[in-house]
Amino acid sequence: MAEQIDLTADRTTELMTVNIGPHHPATHGVLRLIVDLEGEVVRDLKPVIGYVHTGIEKSCEDKSYWKVIPFVERMDYVSYFFQMEAYCGAVERLVGLEIPPRAKYLRTIFLELNRIHSHLVWLGTTALDLGAISMLWYCFRERDRILDLFEMATGQRMHTRYFQVGGVIEDIPLGFEAKCRSFVEDMPVRVGQYEALLDRNEVFLQRTKGVGIVSRERLLELGVTGPLLRAAGEPWDLRKTFDYLAYPELDFKIPVGTVGDNYDRYRVRVAEMVESASIVGQALDRLEDGPFIADDRKYVLPPRSELSTSMESLIHHFKLVTEGFRVDPGEVYYAIESPRGELGCFVLADGSSKPSRVHFRDPSFVNLQAFKDMALDSYVADMICSLGMLDPILGGVDR
Amino acid sequence: MPDAPGLELIRGEIERDHPGAVLATSFDRDQPALIVDPEQILAVLSWLRDTPGQRYRFLSSLHVADYLPAAPRFGVHYELLNRDRVERIRVKAMLADPEGDALPEIDSCTELFPTANFQEREAFDFFGIVFDGHPDLTRILLPDDYVGWPQRRDFPVGGEPVTFTYNERNYG
Repeated sequence: MAEQIDLTADRTTELMTVNIGPHHPATHGVLRLIVDLEGEVVRDLKPVIGYVHTGIEKSCEDKSYWKVIPFVERMDYVSYFFQMEAYCGAVERLVGLEIPPRAKYLRTIFLELNRIHSHLVWLGTTALDLGAISMLWYCFRERDRILDLFEMATGQRMHTRYFQVGGVIEDIPLGFEAKCRSFVEDMPVRVGQYEALLDRNEVFLQRTKGVGIVSRERLLELGVTGPLLRAAGEPWDLRKTFDYLAYPELDFKIPVGTVGDNYDRYRVRVAEMVESASIVGQALDRLEDGPFIADDRKYVLPPRSELSTSMESLIHHFKLVTEGFRVDPGEVYYAIESPRGELGCFVLADGSSKPSRVHFRDPSFVNLQAFKDMALDSYVADMICSLGMLDPILGGVDR
Repeated sequence: MPDAPGLELIRGEIERDHPGAVLATSFDRDQPALIVDPEQILAVLSWLRDTPGQRYRFLSSLHVADYLPAAPRFGVHYELLNRDRVERIRVKAMLADPEGDALPEIDSCTELFPTANFQEREAFDFFGIVFDGHPDLTRILLPDDYVGWPQRRDFPVGGEPVTFTYNERNYG
């Protein structure tokens, strides 16, 4: 006789292991989660990564320095300007190349536009996870304007290859400034509209407030940086603490949270968008005429017009394009504040024209370690919310 | 950043507490680095983390570089950060290649810096460096059954066969 199932037994302590992903819209990329559930409550969690590992760091070792730039852009595919800045900045520090003021400001403008773009993608997709579908369309509408600006200045909407060792590849075109200014003026209004949609939305508030709290001390132990850390009340931003690009000359604030829950993470990022828009506006005001790339022919391509008149320029051009420039042995670690936290680039030079090691300290990769702390003992639905608020870009995690 | 004399002062103080721990210093491109004895890596890291007046409490990055053909060959880099003074210092432990199938070993710093967990797994995954005492030292980005340490300089670029339908039986 078959064993009778006792229907009255208490099954709340029964654990069930569930696989989520790697292909699931709520995992924001190719992330796989192995979750132990007790009923609806997450009791253990393990992220499994590596599904989009493409060996970019290894490929970089086989390319001359200037050819590495488009590779590293494709790591964190939402904040490509930041990867370029981390890499170019590291190489500039290796060769001791000072970039001209106009290049500093142009880089700052594009970095901050990219920060807004990245936060817009985050806000749209995360609000979508929480059921606020219209947010996606509003956010992507503004994102499109930023991509239009990128296309206008660089010819590409994504993966622009705009930053070069020594500056930027070309100056901004006529009309860019006006278009950029009109965007910068609109952006705070748009952010106000997002807030009007979300800040008094009962569903959104209930699902974010008090959810996914991790203490500031624990976040620091886990190496978490960026908006996640600032939402927990730690005013740590590399733009303020370290001196790079035009940031020391610009006036901006660092938004911080108090509780460190998912609502604070949302507030901090939204406030950052307004600050970034203000930074772009100030940088446009202070943009002076002058060269947009350094004038060191050993590292920087000569202007096209010189090639037909100057033998010297032709030789430099030929050397730079074929072999590339050589870098004396040494190593540099250069970190900047990306939309997700500290983005560090380590470059080791061995004296040849190819880097012998390029390593990226990707903030998504390190921040992902905090996910277990954020989601433990919460409901599955809250775990999805916390994952969205963590904002991992799997291209950056896996490299 | 500590300047070059500041770096020597730090070295002197570590030497007093842990004789022989610091093998050399380097101050290159304005970036200070301590090259330490791999056997005493945890002593140096915890000294830098906990000594009053130093307090490099944040591990920004842990990565490995292969210095082939130099010997010792592998450099494990710890980028430490003092957030109060906004100073970075690099601690470097050079590991020799034990030849054959043996893997270079160093103590895991996950007890001191929990953030090192993923980063040590990444270093193990790509360079085959064993971090003793790591709670879960498995491959992180590559498949678990992968053979080889692809970020080593003697691992060829393109050494990875591409699997198509017609040749999948050969590579599985």
